[in-house]
Parts: sequence; C-alpha cells; structure tokens
Amino acid sequence: MRPTAARFRSTSVLTALLAVSLAAPTLTACGGGSGSDPDTVKISFKQSTDNSIHVMDDYLAGIKKQFEKENPGKKVELVPIKAPDSEYYTKLQQMLRSPKTAPDLVYEDTFLINSDITSGYLKPLDPYLAKWKDWDQFIDTAKAAAKAEDGKTYGVPDGTDTRGLWFDKGIFEKAGLPTDWQPKTWDDVLAAARTVKEKVPGVTPLNVYTGKPAGEAATMQGFEMLLYGTGDGTSDPLYDKASKKWVAGGQGFKDALGFVHTVYQEKLGTDVSQALDPNIQTIVRGELLPKGKLAIDLDGSWLPQDWLQGSGHEWPEWSKELGLAYMPTQHGQAPGKVSMSGGWTWSIPAKAGNPDLAFKFIQTMQTKANAQKWYIANSGIAVRRDVASDPAYVKAQPGIKFFTDLVSSTHYRPAYPAYPKVSTAIQEAMESVTTGDASVDKAASDYDEALKAATDNQVVQK
Amino acid sequence: MSDPRRSLARALPVAPAVVLLLLFLAGPIAYCAYIAFTDLQLTGQAHSSFVGFANFRTAFGDEAFLNAVWLTLVFTVVSSLVGQNTLGLALAALMQRASKPVRTLTGGVVITAWVLPEVVAGFLLYAFFRKEGTLNAILDALHLPSQNWLYTLPILAVSFANVWRGTAFSMLVYSAALNEIPKEITEAAEVDGAGGPSRLWHITLPMIRRSIGTNLMLNTLQTLSVFGLIWVMTRGGPGNKSQTLPLFMYEQAFQNSMIGYGTAVALLLLLVGSVFSVMYMRLLRTEV
Repeated sequence: MRPTAARFRSTSVLTALLAVSLAAPTLTACGGGSGSDPDTVKISFKQSTDNSIHVMDDYLAGIKKQFEKENPGKKVELVPIKAPDSEYYTKLQQMLRSPKTAPDLVYEDTFLINSDITSGYLKPLDPYLAKWKDWDQFIDTAKAAAKAEDGKTYGVPDGTDTRGLWFDKGIFEKAGLPTDWQPKTWDDVLAAARTVKEKVPGVTPLNVYTGKPAGEAATMQGFEMLLYGTGDGTSDPLYDKASKKWVAGGQGFKDALGFVHTVYQEKLGTDVSQALDPNIQTIVRGELLPKGKLAIDLDGSWLPQDWLQGSGHEWPEWSKELGLAYMPTQHGQAPGKVSMSGGWTWSIPAKAGNPDLAFKFIQTMQTKANAQKWYIANSGIAVRRDVASDPAYVKAQPGIKFFTDLVSSTHYRPAYPAYPKVSTAIQEAMESVTTGDASVDKAASDYDEALKAATDNQVVQK
Repeated sequence: MSDPRRSLARALPVAPAVVLLLLFLAGPIAYCAYIAFTDLQLTGQAHSSFVGFANFRTAFGDEAFLNAVWLTLVFTVVSSLVGQNTLGLALAALMQRASKPVRTLTGGVVITAWVLPEVVAGFLLYAFFRKEGTLNAILDALHLPSQNWLYTLPILAVSFANVWRGTAFSMLVYSAALNEIPKEITEAAEVDGAGGPSRLWHITLPMIRRSIGTNLMLNTLQTLSVFGLIWVMTRGGPGNKSQTLPLFMYEQAFQNSMIGYGTAVALLLLLVGSVFSVMYMRLLRTEV
C-alpha cells in the first residue's frame, strides 16, 4: 500500500507542478504591459500586407535611431500590426481596451478617430500642444481632423490625401481624346469613357470603386467623390451639422447612385465580378494602370507610393504616361471641382504607460526635416505650411502640386461614431446598383432604412 | 463506502486540469453568454449596458441574419450531409474492392486535401473557380461554356470546396466501420440471394449505423463553423450570397464593431449546432 500511496502523491505533485509551470508563463505574459518599463516607448502602426512595401517601417526605424541617440537611456519598441485596414482597426481597438496591452503611441485613421475618442481610448493632447511651437505650422483643417465634439484635440496629423482622376494618356491618344483632358461635368467623364469603350477595345474605360469588398475605398474614392459634387456645394450632403442628424432621401444621393449604375450597366467599369473582388485596389494599382489596361481611374493622391524606387512595384514612367484631372461637380456648378480628404494621425492611448515620452517621439517625427521626409516617402500631402511651401517638397514628385492645391477646396468626411456603419450602408447601396440587383430608387430607399438602423434614428429628410 | 480523504487525494491530480478548463474554457464561454445580453461595441461607445434580449430580437428582425441562417442550412445540408457523407461512404465502399495500388493512390489524394490548412485549401479552390482560373481553362480546352460560380452561384462553389476538403474524414470513418462488418454475414446474405443494393440496405447500413451517426454529427458541427474557407474564397459575397452564420457573426462583431450583437449571433449558432446534435443522438438511440 505504501509505495503506491507515495507514488500517487508524487505524481499529483508532479502534475500540479507541471500545470503551474505551464500556466505561469501564459499568465505573466499578459502582465507585461506598456507601463512596465518607464524608459521604453511602444509604438503601434499599420504594416503593409504587401511584403515588398516597407516605406513606413524604414521611416520609423530611422526616427527610432535618432530618438534613442537624442534621449540616452530611452528605448523605442516598434510594434507593427500587419493587417488590412479593417482588421487593423479591430486589433488596435482590442489592444487599447486594456492598460496591459495598450501601446504608448498609435497610428489612427481619421475615419475612426471620433469613434475611438467616444470609447475613451485616447488621451487629449491639448496640454502638450499648447507648449509645442511647431503646432502653429499645421493648417487649420488638419488641426480639426482630430478634434472631437468636446473641442479637444486627440491626434497630430502626419499628412492628408486628396482625390482626383488619373487617366492614361496613351489610351486617350488612341481614342482621339485630348491628353490634357479636364472634364467639366459628370457627363464629360462618361462621354470620355464611352469614347474609349468604342475606340479602344480591350481596356477598361473607367474605374469607380464600388461595393462592400472595396470597403471604405468604395465610399470615399467612389461614392463621396460623386455625392459631394451634387447640390450647391456648400452644405454637407451626408450629415446635417445644424441638427446633428444624418441626411436621408437626398436627390444628390440618388444622382450619385445613378452614376455608379450607369458605369456598370453600360459596362464602362471593370467587369462586375472583378469590381467586387476584395483585391480590386491592388489590381488597379499593380496591374491595370501600369499595364495600360485602364483609361480613367477615380482614385487617391497616394498611388505613386507603390511606384516609387524601392517600393516593390517600380514604375518611374508613370508621370509621363498618366495625366491628372480634377473630378468635376455634377453639372459643373461652383466650385467646379471635388476632392475628399482623410489621413492619419499619431495619438496617445488613454491607457498608455509613458505618454510624455510618446509625445516627445511625435515631436521628433514632426521636426520639419523629418515631416518632409515622410511626406515625400509616402506620397503624402503636406498639412504643414513650412513643408508645403518648400520647393524641395513641391518638386520631389510629379503630381504633388496638383494634389496639394486641392487641399484648399477639399471635403472631410463626417467621421462621427456612426460613420463606419453609414459607410457600410453606402457600400451596400452601391453594390446593389452595380450588380443590377436593385434599381437606383430601390437602393436609395434601402439606404434610408439602413441609415435609420445605423444611426439610432438620428435622421433628417432633405 | 469511500474515505473522503482518499477520494480527495484521488481528485487532486485532476484538479489542475479542471482549474485550467474552468479558467480558459468555461470562463470565456460564460463571459460570451453575458456579453450577448449587452450592447457592447468595440468603438464609438463610452459605456456599455445590459439590454436583455434586444440583440436576439434584432437578429430575428434582421433580413441579413435570416439569410445567413438559410445559407448555413443550405451549406450544411449540401456539403456535409449530402456531399461529404455520401461521397465518403461511396469512396470507402469502392476502396474496399479496389486493388492495393489504387487504394493507396486514392487514399493519398483524398487525405492530402484533408491535411491542407483551411486557408491554403480556400486559396486553391479560389484559384480553381475564379474567372481566369483552372476550371475555366479546362472548360475552354474542351470547348465548353465557361463558368463564373464564385459570382453567380457562390454558395455552391464554397459547398463544393467544403466537400473537396472534408470528404477524407468521412471516408476514413466509413473505411474503419466497413472493415468491422464480419465477412460471414455478407457471405450468408449472398448465399441467400441478396443482390448488391439489398445487401447495402439490409446489412451494411444497419451495421454501421453508429458510425453514420457519429460521422454525421462531427461533420455537421465542423461544417457549421467553417469560416476560413468561405472567407478566403468569397468573403461572404457577392452581396451576402455566401454569407453563412460564422461570416455574418464576424462582420457584425469586428467590422461593424458590434461585439454584443455578434456574440448573440454566436450563441444562436451554438443553438443550431445543438439542434442538429440532438437530432442525431435521437436517431442513434431509437434505432440501435
């Protein structure tokens, strides 16, 4: 009996030990938050899912070196999150929920920043900004990008973007269209696309992103570039600031949907199944445009970042082969051109362990020289006056002047907490007219219904 | 009957495992069940609150949810019940009679599909079905009209993918079961003049009924929770034509940030799974 009992006991002790030793690292691993080391600043950013693209990684590695040299004893730890946009937001939000996982500095899309502010994930930066001289160099619209409804500022923008029409001069020549093309109305755009379809077979005449697979690109590069060109150009066609309600039943909304409908029903766009491929953006930037298979592309200012030296898909000839045109308003009414702007900011999580050090890192990134380096590296549009007026920046890349000039007349999204859901509703409406599943009127009334659900009935009829 | 100290000592070795299970399995499940009754959002909300059955009421009034339930049933019946199960049984029966090289080769190919990670399998079948893909290349070579199922019949395409990937499992289960049938019984039936179909119906199927039940249950539960395969091939699209419950749940919880609603949908998925399980268990108990 005795030996059995002894063996019995020793096994149980062993099991217990084993269990504890297995569990211990798991449990303590959760405990290593950003607050654990006061000399290390942890920085999270979005790493491209394309392995050959490492613009941001390289830039941050350079700043890290400079920062560690200027601040002896302090360390920078880069925590890249490799994910597509929508999954990046999700992962980041999960990290921000707990002080154990929250980094000290995060890269936030202005698309979601208001939503994250409402959740209490971010820290107001006003006390820091008040003592920071360079803040005065930022243009007002950019300062407002990360300003919440409570009047406080929660992020330092590292640039913005604008949008317009890219067109292939080679295809235009073949179609007998001018290579200094500048449409004045939507009909001019459609007319050019129809000419291409007729005269240059085998190429896609016009790309307008659409549907849920393209995500926010469909809403912003596609739909809003149309929507904000309807009406009188002064009031926001999506959100009524006075009543703080979302706009339903607008004629502009139907007209914009009608444009999308025309593009896909007349087969001026990419094949519907390709338009609804989740990889459509990569296909447009990596294949269709560089290979001369797309005549007109309604897209963002950042496209050349994929084609720069060292970016993985070099195409230095783009500036000779592509032309740029403003996106016109619907009937050519004032102000004549439309652009949308978004952009990203650097923000400090509310649960960050080392906020002071994190702000110091922002300052290092935002010396004029470093800011300029970043704008040029990622084809960003400057929001700092000193950079925007620097000839070195203006000349750094063809097209940069075209897109920087748009900053004065651009629109920002009503990026309130409900915006992501409204955006999904827009994508659904676009998708149903793209596939032809619904008429424009049906899609618009479905949107009105979805809008009520997305915004808790905060809707006004216009 | 038992000395309490001794039974305590006996329970001791199991204790760590029980604690770990409680902590890492029961804990999260209980937390999930709690979240399903709140309006917790990942972003855009200062405080979450308890909302009772509101999430469930929303679900049943949501066309997209009902669409997802319907597609989940179609996907499960077509790919698991009809596809994997029947095909697996047929393969197992055929392989019993095949020569050894044929058996090794077929078994190898079928099991390769099973061993592949879900995402790899999904990508392979995306490449197979897409417009510029392998299937159309073959159809073109045969001068047959080309297909675009990922776009026109997405639920069929992903069902086929699941059959392709999961048949090996049924085949293995049935191979083992068929080997267990004593030769004498089959031979006796043959002597009595029973033909092939009649032997299958009166001998084989009744004798492997238990395996059928187990296999159906495992297959169904696995198919109900398929996410990666569909996500890679169609992302639930176009529109929501291939959006089964797991994809719907993911969209609500992580893309629309409505964690509470997404979790409620997850609980409902659990319910669908248990309905199937109870059905199969009934089937087993009454028949054997």
